[in-house]
Amino acid sequence: MENIKSTHSRRSFLKSSALAGGGLMLSFSWFASAKAADKMAELNLPEQWSELNGYIQITPDNVIRILCPNPEFGQNVMTSLSMIIAEELDVDWKDVVVEMGPHDNVKLGPQFTGGSNSVRMYWKPLREAGAAARQMLRQAAAEEWSVPVEEITTKNGVLLHPDTMKAAKYGEFAEKAAKVPVPEKAKLKEPADFSIVRHSQKNVEGMKVVTGQPLFGLDYRTDGMLIAMIQHPPAFGMKLKSFDAAQALKMPGIKDVFSLKLYEEGFEQGGFDTRTFNNLLVVVGNSTWEVMNARKKLVVQWEPKGDTTDTMGGRGGKREVVVPGKIESTSAQHELMQEYAEKPAQQLRRDGDPETAFKNAAQVIERTYNAPFLAHNCMEPMNFFAHVTPEKAVVAGPVQAPGWIEPTLTKLLNLPPEKIEIQMTRMGGGFGRRAYGQYAYEAALISKKVKAPIKLIYTREDDMTYGIYRPMYTATYRAALDADKNLIAFHVKGGGIPEHPVHANRFPAGAVDNYLAEGWAIPSNITIGAFRAPRSNFNAAAEQSFLDELAEAMDKDPIEMRLELLEKAKKNPVGENNEYDADRYAGVLKLVREKSGWGGADQGKYSRGVAAYFCHNSYAAHVVDVVTRAGTPYVERVTSAVDCGMVVNPDAATNMVQGAVVDGIGNAFYGKLTHKDGVPEQSNFDKYRIIRHREAPQQIDVHFVQNDIDPTGLGEPPFPPVFAAVANALYKNTGKRFYNQPFQPDIEKQI
Amino acid sequence: MVLRDHLDLPGTKYGCGIAQCGACTVHLNGTAVRSCQLPVSAVGSESVTTIEGLSEKGDHPVQQAWLEHDVAQCGYCQSGQIMSAAALLQSNPNPSDEEIETGMSGNICRCGTYLRIREAVKTAAKG
Repeated sequence: MENIKSTHSRRSFLKSSALAGGGLMLSFSWFASAKAADKMAELNLPEQWSELNGYIQITPDNVIRILCPNPEFGQNVMTSLSMIIAEELDVDWKDVVVEMGPHDNVKLGPQFTGGSNSVRMYWKPLREAGAAARQMLRQAAAEEWSVPVEEITTKNGVLLHPDTMKAAKYGEFAEKAAKVPVPEKAKLKEPADFSIVRHSQKNVEGMKVVTGQPLFGLDYRTDGMLIAMIQHPPAFGMKLKSFDAAQALKMPGIKDVFSLKLYEEGFEQGGFDTRTFNNLLVVVGNSTWEVMNARKKLVVQWEPKGDTTDTMGGRGGKREVVVPGKIESTSAQHELMQEYAEKPAQQLRRDGDPETAFKNAAQVIERTYNAPFLAHNCMEPMNFFAHVTPEKAVVAGPVQAPGWIEPTLTKLLNLPPEKIEIQMTRMGGGFGRRAYGQYAYEAALISKKVKAPIKLIYTREDDMTYGIYRPMYTATYRAALDADKNLIAFHVKGGGIPEHPVHANRFPAGAVDNYLAEGWAIPSNITIGAFRAPRSNFNAAAEQSFLDELAEAMDKDPIEMRLELLEKAKKNPVGENNEYDADRYAGVLKLVREKSGWGGADQGKYSRGVAAYFCHNSYAAHVVDVVTRAGTPYVERVTSAVDCGMVVNPDAATNMVQGAVVDGIGNAFYGKLTHKDGVPEQSNFDKYRIIRHREAPQQIDVHFVQNDIDPTGLGEPPFPPVFAAVANALYKNTGKRFYNQPFQPDIEKQI
Repeated sequence: MVLRDHLDLPGTKYGCGIAQCGACTVHLNGTAVRSCQLPVSAVGSESVTTIEGLSEKGDHPVQQAWLEHDVAQCGYCQSGQIMSAAALLQSNPNPSDEEIETGMSGNICRCGTYLRIREAVKTAAKG
């Protein structure tokens, strides 16, 4: 089965060298054909991203230093990736010190946090790296002790030769091991023998977090660093016309006010070089407070920007994309989407003869689902440090994909890659937003202009109104039933601004004889991007709500109905390119059914809803239990089942699933970003409602399918099905179906 | 901003600037306040405690409980959460679930660690 195959074919070389002061440093590099996540494959990845490597350092006093290759945004990779190395190296986890690596795609691999990729991309390479280092240490000891290397065992960072009772800590042989040729192949542990991986380990930065250490981009500072802010247009579709900075410049602490172009005409953008506004009006001064105050004194004229053209680079060559200049409002967007939904669309997949099946159906069910733009609202707003001189550039800040910003910085600053140093700070959330490097480019250009180290800061308002949002989506689902209420045809037609959400090859594709998937899109000047499980987050919400309604029409239990379809998809799969594994999909449904006591005695207290989804090679199902609290529906309890293969760090993985559930409930009930005349109508947390403590469930029980499959994604997969499980439970609670996100306004209407 | 920019105490975070998210929570004479709404002139000779001053070695019961429950994901909001929790327990050493919810609902966690925060507050209350 495709998604449990090794994700890397490996040709490797490793290099080792002695550390100054003695010790072993092992750097390793893999040239691998990494099977990228679905999302990554679609977008323009630089070629070097298929290269993986990392660092292990061992000091003579047995401190094991591991550099984390991937940026950390709360998915806990600094801990989990290091655990993988430490496991195969066979050291005592207590001796391990973890540090965030610098940006270095040659030595440290793709360094991409996103697409639920960190663990699945680095799993094999890091295991092999740990195993190779262990092998070199054994070799060194074997030579010193004049015994066969096969007879040397290891435990907790100690080399042992049982027959002669010889023992030594790794550190004692680190320097010698550095001179041992790197083995072609080193034996990996059996999963059953793991003592670090699959055993919960605490967050390696936990103490720094709880004591408020400077970990984040906003905390980053250097001597002489100035603060910069951008005044962006008040509305999408507008641009800077002219400005008068006289008053602002008179304000205390202000160094400069100027306008600056992000990209020159015809600049070739990479897939993640999304630009929201191209003409930047910048205020630079000594402190945040002074710059904020001066910014208020700017006198600015804005004008409609009209249609513009983005030049997009990529493997398929350059292409021009026209961005319409029209000023947009949410109400008009809804009307336009309804219009488009009636028009012919692009066919994405067709099995059998859906038209005839629908014509012959005894019953056709049709439902339409809608969802708004969402702002990422990372708790740490966008910010970046930059110090650009004619010779080199140092930039530092929260970034999910340093390897994607480097080529663009190279072009914008006219500096070679080796003169650009990118430091990755801990990110105060990411959710996809920080895969887009616009704020880093802005910082670099500002520093170059003012010839000083600067930090660009977005206020919360800047962050929310100058966003790269989750697109606005709609989808109409139709199902045809025969006289015996069997599902004979299924049709999804989805659209959005400015992309459609449909994943055409996912369940129930493969399980229905006559199937049609179509998509359409409306171009827009409102910038959009990846948001925790892009497209899936809407797809799952709509499709899994629809399946619930369908099960009801078929007089079937919603879990049983899905299992029957999955059984068909397994035994007689329809069509080709079905992305999911029907057994694993059924597995999470069965597990959540068992663990939640679905159909059991305590349903009386709860209105229960179920949903499941497959994305990022993993499977997740939730049962959401709603009660009426103070006259309004409240999700009190959730049971989750996840199959993401082997779980590296169970407690942290549980935390992430619980967080995804809370995030899903919050966005399902409250999340929306709307526009009026191009102006975002929410600019801070007073208007943009984020789920709070009292709205979170009392209990979220997380269960993982136990298997020995190599790890697949986890950060995103549990998120999409939450929306539908909530909608389906709300139906049980209120008797009404919920078709439009967010649900809270419709709930309030009913009350 | 004075804390972060001028006193070099970056543990207190900026999140919204309008007292909606709680990321900037500090103690003013032991009571939790949003520092973004606290002008220096209002402090006078009163005592302000930030996360850096909550304990010398990260051994305040609330910090220890946060570590025990491995609460943090991204971690950005957690210093504010911890300051709110510490102030809550100072004034109410044995809060009910409802009192924890009410006391902590001014602090947003975008990663959704609320369940662990609740458990950690309970652990700190016992400790």
